[in-house]
Amino acid sequence: MNSEPAVTRSGQPGSVALEISGLCKSFRAVRALDGVGMTLRYGRVTALLGDNGAGKSTLVKCISGVYVPDAGTVRVNGVEHAVSSPEDARALGIETVHQTLAVIDPLDVVENLFLNREHTRGGRIGAWLGVLDKKRMRKESEEILSRLDIRIPSLRRPLDALSGGQRQAVAIGRAVAWGQQIVLLDEPAAALGVEQAARVLELIRSLRDSGVAVLLITHNMDRVTAVCDRAIVLRQGRKTAELDVGEVTKDDLVAYITGARTDESAQ
Amino acid sequence: MNRELRAAVFLPSGARARIAGWKQGVELRHYVVYAAAALIFLLFVVFLRDDGFLTSSNLINIGRQSAPIAVMAVGMSFALASSEIDLSVGSVAALSSLVAAEVVGGHGFVAGTVAALAVGASIGLVNGFITVKVRIPSFLVTLGMLGIVSGIARNMNNLQSLPIRNDAFREVFGSGSVGPVSSLLVWTAVVGLLGHLALHQLRWGRHVLSVGSDRSAAKALGINIDRVRISALVVSAAAASFAGVLLASRLAIGRHDLGENLLLTVIAAVVIGGTNLFGGRASVAGAVAGSVVMAMLNNGLILMGLRVSDQLIARGVIIILAVSLSMREQKES
Ligand SMILES: Nc1ncnc2c1ncn2[C@@H]1O[C@H](COP(=O)(O)OP(=O)(O)OP(=O)(O)O)[C@@H](O)[C@H]1O
Ligand SMILES: [Mg+2]
Repeated sequence: MNSEPAVTRSGQPGSVALEISGLCKSFRAVRALDGVGMTLRYGRVTALLGDNGAGKSTLVKCISGVYVPDAGTVRVNGVEHAVSSPEDARALGIETVHQTLAVIDPLDVVENLFLNREHTRGGRIGAWLGVLDKKRMRKESEEILSRLDIRIPSLRRPLDALSGGQRQAVAIGRAVAWGQQIVLLDEPAAALGVEQAARVLELIRSLRDSGVAVLLITHNMDRVTAVCDRAIVLRQGRKTAELDVGEVTKDDLVAYITGARTDESAQ
Repeated sequence: MNRELRAAVFLPSGARARIAGWKQGVELRHYVVYAAAALIFLLFVVFLRDDGFLTSSNLINIGRQSAPIAVMAVGMSFALASSEIDLSVGSVAALSSLVAAEVVGGHGFVAGTVAALAVGASIGLVNGFITVKVRIPSFLVTLGMLGIVSGIARNMNNLQSLPIRNDAFREVFGSGSVGPVSSLLVWTAVVGLLGHLALHQLRWGRHVLSVGSDRSAAKALGINIDRVRISALVVSAAAASFAGVLLASRLAIGRHDLGENLLLTVIAAVVIGGTNLFGGRASVAGAVAGSVVMAMLNNGLILMGLRVSDQLIARGVIIILAVSLSMREQKES
């Protein structure tokens, strides 16, 4: 197992990486998020749980700049930021695997890994024109994928010629490779086979060990107990529980998710 | 764990077969236009021999006809690749021919060319801004622009053609030659090469495809989708105005209808060349080859002795057939 840290970076393990509070986001009549607060710490994996439509993806998109929240604050390393575009989030070292993956079908693996952070050649003029340094990106892609132990049959293959799991692996590889501070994973293992999913858990552990703050959305309680330190439960846009994973059973988690139990102190 | 995992990651045979099928699809999509060009050429050689298809003057003529189509098609490839469409290209070419004629007369050949291109690019900029900022689909914006620009062109010189007497302007673009090769073809090759490089070697080309393939994914990756969409429409209109310059130079006039009827021909050329009408895939080389196909077809219809009205009908039928065939090819792949 290749377990050296994926990338080196970030703050003291346990210190606060990201703190959101009072986050609200509505889509017309739907209150997708209603005053949600949450803290992510370096070197910790936090689970974000909740039924379909609970608001998990919406929360991730608010942090990663896809949506601009209606109200609430986002603090990164203690500094309040208006993360109003995905570029802002990327500049803050926040990387995301979206539920929809956000990979580009006609582009190949290398192009997807480097999309919007391409290397250019030809000095300043080349950089201004955006002349791609394909050789360098290809070489670095090989390095990234082998370091992360992600295997793709051919880097030249466009994404729509890969299997669902391989596409997901590319999206995960991209986030893990570039996620300097905070990595948000929206159901990263949904389309993966047993061993690939286990592989993703390994990646999450190595991210954690190298000090990254990880948020993991999943519907699989085994994965929660396997890698997560804390769990936050959303229900209809509200936070209904915040738990230490070590102190609860899987059944407890399910009870919170379905609303059979609530944790009043979480609000 | 490595061995098992490696084994699991390598594909099962079913997936391999699928990928092999996909590769075939790509090859077909990329080569169908060249096969079509060869086939039509052979058919015309056989059936239109007595009408003079294979004479060198006719072949040169086909090359010249295809030049403005190809230049517009290269620009249109980017509009389509970004999932937009530019219906104003024909009218932009016409207006640009007039602007070139007007300015060349007073201020010389460089100024005339620059002015024509600037007018084209500005129209593209307006198209892009309205499409992106007012959120109106580009087919509607550019359809409106088509009307506006044709109207302006008609007003500009009262439906009269404007003669161009500047020899440099005519030599450099339309009637000169580099060795044995007509300068029109040289310029077409230059535009095609630039387009090809922009698509494959520049970040911009990759971003155009990304935006055209999945706008929300491109946005989630931080790509400035507004800027990409606007720039694609600017490139399309600028290329169209360069086509207008080529037409003006070849015919030594500017006129309100030069290139105006090429819109459908251009779209057909781009789509048979392998560019997806709905974005995400483009082939500049294919667009150029498609332009040659369209020019050959036009030429063949004329040599067959069809009346203008029948040419129109035949051209419409051919375009629909050709596009539907190549679209089916694209869907299968
Ligand atoms: N773009 C949108 N426009 C309108 N409504 C939306 C939009 N995105 C989400 N919603 C609504 O907001 C609510 C929360 O959606 P969200 O995608 O965050 O759920 P989720 O917790 O990620 O669910 P799942 O587990 O199914 O992925 C849902 O009721 C959904 O219908
Ligand atoms: Mg979701």
